[in-house]
Parts: sequence; C-alpha cells; structure tokens
Amino acid sequence: MRKISVEQIRDAVSVLCWEACYYLPEDIVNGFHKALETEQSPLGKSILEQLIENANLAAKEDRPYCHDTGLTVVYAEVGQEVHIDGGDFEAAIHEGIRKGYKEGYLRNSVVGDPLLRINTNDNTPGVIHTRLVPGDKIKLTVLPKGGGSENMSAMKFLLPGEGVAGVKKFVLDTIEAAGGRACPPIVVGVGVGGTFDKVTEIAKEAVLREIGVHHHEPHIAQLEKELLEEVNKLGIGPQGLGGTNTALWVAAETYGCHITALPVAVNIQCHAARKKSYVI
Amino acid sequence: MAKVYLQTPLTNEDVLNLQAGDEVFLNGIIYLARDAAHKRFLELLDRNQPLPVDLKNHIIFYAGPTPPKPGQVIGSIAPTTASRMDPYAPAMFEYGVKGVIGKGPRGQSVKDACKDHQAICFSAVGGLSALLSDKIQSAEVVAYEDLGPEAVRELTVKDFPVMVVYDAYGNDLYEQEIAKYRSIDKTVGHI
Repeated sequence: MRKISVEQIRDAVSVLCWEACYYLPEDIVNGFHKALETEQSPLGKSILEQLIENANLAAKEDRPYCHDTGLTVVYAEVGQEVHIDGGDFEAAIHEGIRKGYKEGYLRNSVVGDPLLRINTNDNTPGVIHTRLVPGDKIKLTVLPKGGGSENMSAMKFLLPGEGVAGVKKFVLDTIEAAGGRACPPIVVGVGVGGTFDKVTEIAKEAVLREIGVHHHEPHIAQLEKELLEEVNKLGIGPQGLGGTNTALWVAAETYGCHITALPVAVNIQCHAARKKSYVI
Repeated sequence: MAKVYLQTPLTNEDVLNLQAGDEVFLNGIIYLARDAAHKRFLELLDRNQPLPVDLKNHIIFYAGPTPPKPGQVIGSIAPTTASRMDPYAPAMFEYGVKGVIGKGPRGQSVKDACKDHQAICFSAVGGLSALLSDKIQSAEVVAYEDLGPEAVRELTVKDFPVMVVYDAYGNDLYEQEIAKYRSIDKTVGHI
C-alpha cells in the first residue's frame, strides 16, 4: 500500500484550480489559431484574435483568463493500492478548492443553497467524481465550469428508432438555442446512452478530451466529424455575432443503455475550456 | 458600421446616433450590476423608491469580477449572459438607464424596450476578462456590498470596447450577421 496524505491531495487541488484558470490549455489556444485560418466573418476573425491575445496576457501575468472561474468539478482516479492517510478524502478536495480560490484570487461563484442563494465565499462545494482504478497513484483533474455555457446544456430521452439522425437534431437544436449565450467558439461534449445520470456524466467527460482527438470507435468518430461540420454551418460564429466557427470541437462518449431508451446529453463548454491534471 | 468614442452618461442624441454594428469606445463612469442587484432594483422601482445609485442616463455593465490581486484596480472582468437580465431590462430602460453591456442575444421584450425608451444593448466579448480589466481605471463598491462579486460597483473606464447589438430602431446585429453565414437547413436533407 502506498500512502498519500490528505495534505498532498489538498495542495494538488489548490494549485490545479488557479493553474487551470490562468493558463488556457494548449489544445484550445491551437484551436483558436486553426479557427482563425478558416473564419469567414471579419468580426469573427477579430474576436478570435482578441481571445488569443487575452490567453497570452492571462498566462504571461498569471491572471484569470475569464472572470467566471466556475464551479469546480474535480475528477479523481484513485489507485486501489493507495491508502489515503490523515483525514477525509472529499473534505481534502473541498479544502483544496477553498485554498486555491483564495490564494489564486479567483472569483467565488457558488451559493450554498440554490433557493436561499447566499454565496459561500470560498467556492465550495465543488462537484467530485471519484473512480477506483488499478495502480498506486491518484490522478486529479480540475475542470472549472463556467455558468453561461453550463446553463445552455441539455438532456433528452429520444426514441430508440430516432438513431443517429435524432441525436444530431438534438445536438444542433441545443447549440442553436444557446447561440451567443454560451460564449462560442465552444467545445461540445455529447453523451449517448446510459441512464438519466450516466448520460450527462459522459457528456461532461467528453469535454475533457483533448481537441483534435476522435473517439476510438469509427462510427462515433464519424458522428463527431459530421456534427462539427454541421454545427459550424449554423452561422452562429464567435460570440454569436456570425461566422463559420461556432465550435472548436465535438467529442462524443457512449455507454450501453436500456432496450427502450436512447438518452442523449449535450454539455456545452465555452471558449474558456479550462482543464488541468496532476498525478500524485 | 462606424467607430464611435462616447463619454458617459449618454444623451438621447448619443443613443439615436448609434446603429447596430457600430464599434464604440466608452469613456467615463459605468456601473456593474447583475442578477441579484437587479432583483433588488426592481423591488425598489415597484415601490416607487429611489435606487441606491442614480442610474438615469447611465450604462449598466452586467458583470462580476474576480478579486483584484495586490496592486490591481480590479480583477479579471467581462460580461455575463445578458438574457438572464431580460425580466428586468425593460423596467430599467423605462426608469432611464440608457445602455447595458452584456453578451449574447436577448428576447423580443428587450428589443422592443430599446425602441420604446431610446436605449442601447451593447455587447463586449465574453471571457475577454484579462484584456478588458486593463481598460478600467478605478473601481469602487457603491451598493449591496453583501452580494460579494455581485455587488454594485462604479467603474471609470478608458476606451472600453463594445459593439451596438440592439439599437433604438429595432435592428438586431445577431440576426443580421448569423444570416450571412448560415448554410444549413435543418428541416430538410441529411437530418
């Protein structure tokens, strides 16, 4: 058994929070550059140039790229040969969020009770997804999820017979309804299959996939390619002010599902597509 | 589509000279307020009571910044989704607010209110938060401090870059621009 202390977990989460918010991932910045090459709208081009400049400035001066530093979603892949020492695992993650948002000067964007709406002033609670995996390490991934794009996400049970065409229609309708509200150019995470809860979980996991990498199943990769092309024909463009780059990438994940069901979920990620991992 | 430098507060003439698509650089004072502050404003207006700050002829920026680092005037800042303020905007325009800055399209009631009360919806680039922060010269909380990042702040801005998305004549920049680049008909063909 390898021992990992709760302090190590807390400190790793804390650093990941501000690193994710200051330094936009390379695949996303490259995505802006690629979009700039193909964008037909002059206004769209100007917006993409400004986003690149903003990413460079934020990284250079260690400042948040976007003011909405999100609700903190944490993925923990815990090796089954690890012994967590010195306290409560989930409490350590929440403590790491508290520390990271304070020390990193990130915005506290969480209310404790959804109806009373009092800000917790430390950005907790985060949302934690834990999975047991083989090995003796812990991989932590922080996804600070902004509100504007999350609000435009959607889930629906289709009839099984609606198939690929039904999935595509739902994805396109969701993105069209979001328009400029979701802060395009967006990354689109699509979940297909599973249950009511599973389908939204895999849609969000799809957002984490490096852009440029397709699903390993050829028919799902094909769905991703066709969807990206069709999303970009909607004309929404950067910031919804028109253009040929509405999405930087579409990633889909699937799961087995009930014979009666074809659940589909669309998790929209704005251009502040932050993600950062660390292995202890 | 003109390039316009404007000093706040705005006059009716300023508003009537603007057209959807104009690139505007704002100078002077603007006010930050978003969901929670608007809810309180409307409660006051409903009771015919004064707002904590006189916003007549002023511009409201829908935004909540990150905390400033030592030595900074304000942290990162950019507009939040404007349509969340749709239930409040017509009443705010009727009260006398002359412009709002947000991101993303809005409902018909807001477009109509821009026409009825001579007001403008501006957009700034959502998530352009490090760059926009550098256009702000001072920031001070002037009401509702208990709302934290949602408190009402008075900002002094220099050449703050925005676009006119809905003007006082019913023009809609989102509709106009998207129509130029839309090349899919979802009702026929492959889906």
